Amino acid sequence: MITIALTQLNQIKAHASATYPEECCGVLFGEEGESGKIVREILDIPNAKEENRERRFLITPEEYRRSEQEAERLGLEVLGFYHSHPDHPARPSQFDLEHAMPWWSYVIVSVKKGMPADVTSWSLDDDRREFREEKIAVDEREARRVMPGVGSGGML
Amino acid sequence: MAVKVLIPTPLRPYTNKERSVFLSGTTAGELLNELTTQFPVLKQHLYSGDGTLRSYVNVYVNDDDIRYLQQEQTPVTEKDTVSIIPSIAGGNRQCRLKVEGLTLEIQKTTSKKRIEWLINESPIN
Repeated sequence: MITIALTQLNQIKAHASATYPEECCGVLFGEEGESGKIVREILDIPNAKEENRERRFLITPEEYRRSEQEAERLGLEVLGFYHSHPDHPARPSQFDLEHAMPWWSYVIVSVKKGMPADVTSWSLDDDRREFREEKIAVDEREARRVMPGVGSGGML
Repeated sequence: MAVKVLIPTPLRPYTNKERSVFLSGTTAGELLNELTTQFPVLKQHLYSGDGTLRSYVNVYVNDDDIRYLQQEQTPVTEKDTVSIIPSIAGGNRQCRLKVEGLTLEIQKTTSKKRIEWLINESPIN
């Protein structure tokens, strides 16, 4: 299970809608508790793919390194990533599967005609054969900031 | 000679949750070999079936991608830090289909009628 604040979930949806008809992407920061992963911060990342951005996204190694550094600064982990599927279901593609790492959560937002629709989360099996859908628990309380000052410099 | 190797978050469950490990080797390839010897389950996540590094797995020596150095033969010393850095990529189910010299953008739900239109009438082709 992955828990995310409603405000953050809405921010992800807004990001997906804003980049339509292209795919959006971003990082989920948080921690792993007894009940699963808890998202504490999200960070939108520019889609680095130079072509076919309506069906592909890319987060470069440099952006990933910055994300890891940011996670360390926050005292959190990179829990996973989100991206959108414009005019496609919120289900991982074979391409997603081939490029996935274990343990991380992959949150997918379906966007239909510019409007955000379903949101799902997936995690790769250890043997890399398939994704397993994980439950998204939405925390309707205000997102709890972990550290003061976070929220500027690109944080959603 | 022990060289520090940084482990990305998703692979830490396979390295006893260590953020970094110290491994013996004089090249990036030797370190990767040592890493997958100590933690065999990592192999399937780092390498494709043909034994080459997966395309989205990047290995850096300090700030440089070994693809632009000497690849797995890139020399390392104990002063270096080696990082395994994934590129994060994905996308929807759409795919390209090449038909008689035409490249069509289709998906699983694309109708036969639509494909026929793309081939015969679409101004793109």
